[in-house]
Amino acid sequence: MSAPPPDIKTGTEIRLDNCAKTFGDGTRALLETDLTVAPGEIVALLGPSGCGKTTMLRIIAGLEAGDPGSRIHFDADDVTRIPIEKRSVGIVFQSYALFPNMSVAGNVGYGLKVQGMRGAAIEARVGEVLALCRLTELAGRSVSALSGGQRQRVALARAVAPRPRVLLLDEPLSALDAALRDQLRSELAALLRQLATTAVFVTHDQAEAMAVADRIAVMNRGRILQIDTPRALYTTPNQAFVAEFVGSANRLDGAVKAKTLSLPGGTLTLPREPKPGEVAYVRGEAISLTPAGKAKLRGTVASVIFQGTHQRIDVSGVTGGLITLDHPGPDVPRIGATVGLKIDPGSIMILPGSGGALP
Amino acid sequence: MAGTAPGGRITFSLQLGVTLLACAFLLVPAIMSILAGLTVNYFRGLSSGLTLKWLFEVWELYSDSIWLSLGIAIACLACTLAIGVPAAYALAKTESRWNRIIEEFVSLPLAVPGLALALALLQLYGTMKGFRLSWTFILVGHVLYTLPFMIRSVLAVFAAIDLKTLEEGAASLGAGAWRRFVDIAIPNAMPGILAGALTVVTLSIGEFNLTWMLHTPFLKTLPVGLADSYASMRLEIASAYTLVFFVMIVPLLMALQWASARAQRLAG
Repeated sequence: MSAPPPDIKTGTEIRLDNCAKTFGDGTRALLETDLTVAPGEIVALLGPSGCGKTTMLRIIAGLEAGDPGSRIHFDADDVTRIPIEKRSVGIVFQSYALFPNMSVAGNVGYGLKVQGMRGAAIEARVGEVLALCRLTELAGRSVSALSGGQRQRVALARAVAPRPRVLLLDEPLSALDAALRDQLRSELAALLRQLATTAVFVTHDQAEAMAVADRIAVMNRGRILQIDTPRALYTTPNQAFVAEFVGSANRLDGAVKAKTLSLPGGTLTLPREPKPGEVAYVRGEAISLTPAGKAKLRGTVASVIFQGTHQRIDVSGVTGGLITLDHPGPDVPRIGATVGLKIDPGSIMILPGSGGALP
Repeated sequence: MAGTAPGGRITFSLQLGVTLLACAFLLVPAIMSILAGLTVNYFRGLSSGLTLKWLFEVWELYSDSIWLSLGIAIACLACTLAIGVPAAYALAKTESRWNRIIEEFVSLPLAVPGLALALALLQLYGTMKGFRLSWTFILVGHVLYTLPFMIRSVLAVFAAIDLKTLEEGAASLGAGAWRRFVDIAIPNAMPGILAGALTVVTLSIGEFNLTWMLHTPFLKTLPVGLADSYASMRLEIASAYTLVFFVMIVPLLMALQWASARAQRLAG
């Protein structure tokens, strides 16, 4: 489709000010957080389980009240005290939560019925949304007779049918098996773009976040560590946790003297001198293999995994652990062979490590 | 089953024998009783001929009891639906440690003998003559006794359907509390409500202990009438009464089995 359809009210800005959540047992699920989601933007909340991402989504939805002092605005409207049923949010639940007592069309039309829309108008709108989500043939089906992928689409159709101001998705694809997830990921991204509604979705899967979101908020331990485009997060993470969680990065632990890093496998020149608490990281694709002879960094090939376009090679003995690198081939080193590593100093990231490292 | 093993055939025969004996032990008295109600003269045996006379006589003597029992059962059903379904809903929705205690408290009438329950009711309300002498007095006893069955049956289904997330879904689509109850909770709890309803009606029609204590000479329910007929009528009439009782209660029991199995499939 060329232009976004006049389907959903586009352009609601979500603004969270000072939003926090402390549960009854004293658990601080979310620390004071500010977040602005631009009109029509798709933002992913990415992080490990227990990082506060679902709590944040539930606060935006109105399913959870934030601690005193929390403020949520949809455009100029303060919705902090507005109950969920009056907030105009569409939610796709992790378990989909489809109504077993209604057909596919009944589920999709329920929000319209509740709004007081009449029969013919409901039918027209339901038909439109079903077509958008490629569900037209399933309209009369009972929801218990659907596959996982179909349920997911019905859940999305049900959420968008009443033209919500904001669309919220809680791990929308995690209930599906891996192959289907990959396929639906790009489908979901395309559909959300087409709807052009402001969307926030929660995921622990960085590939999903990268495929679907305009911006990703990386979260850990109740706070947002960094929020940026997928590309910026990958190339310029602001701390160790983000580097490790978005993509994979090799941590280079060793003794530093001026700009020289001494590792068990040799020495490496850093782009700048690290401050106390900072750690050097390098992405796997920035490391290349060289003959062992004159290399300043050497290690032993521990494993080689063929991945189609390249080999994923683990090298031991360079750092305390394993260094993982992507080797284009076609020559493939033997397991056990001694190899040299070449790392471009420009690709080394020096990041604050403490507080954010993976547990 | 009885395979090629030499011992298998003997074991199977023994099992079959014991099963048939047990069935006969239960069924023969029932068949004897039904036949007695259809025999012209029980003491002369079947040779005296079969008749429906006793059935008509039962109807003449005890039709009031039958209507009263049906009326009380339906009223009891209405009360347990009106109290039990919202109660189960509230219990399913609140996450409190009091839930277990309330559940146990509601089930207490099951553990207390019907006679004791009846005595308590008599002590409390026995002096309120208008109430004591009306059929609603028996109704109160039946509601107390059957309510736990309704609550448990509905609660089991609510627990199985992830009510919380379904309601969150409905709320996000704009449904307020009442709509969520009517559109989502009730329809999805239907199998449990149906199973509970059949249990309540069956128990109410068959209840004797409590009812026997609460009844007045002018208010005899079906089982109280049965006891009365055994005590004061000739055996053929009492037996014919048993037959009437069977005809009323057996279809209910069968429907109950079916509904419970259905509700359990859903809950499982």
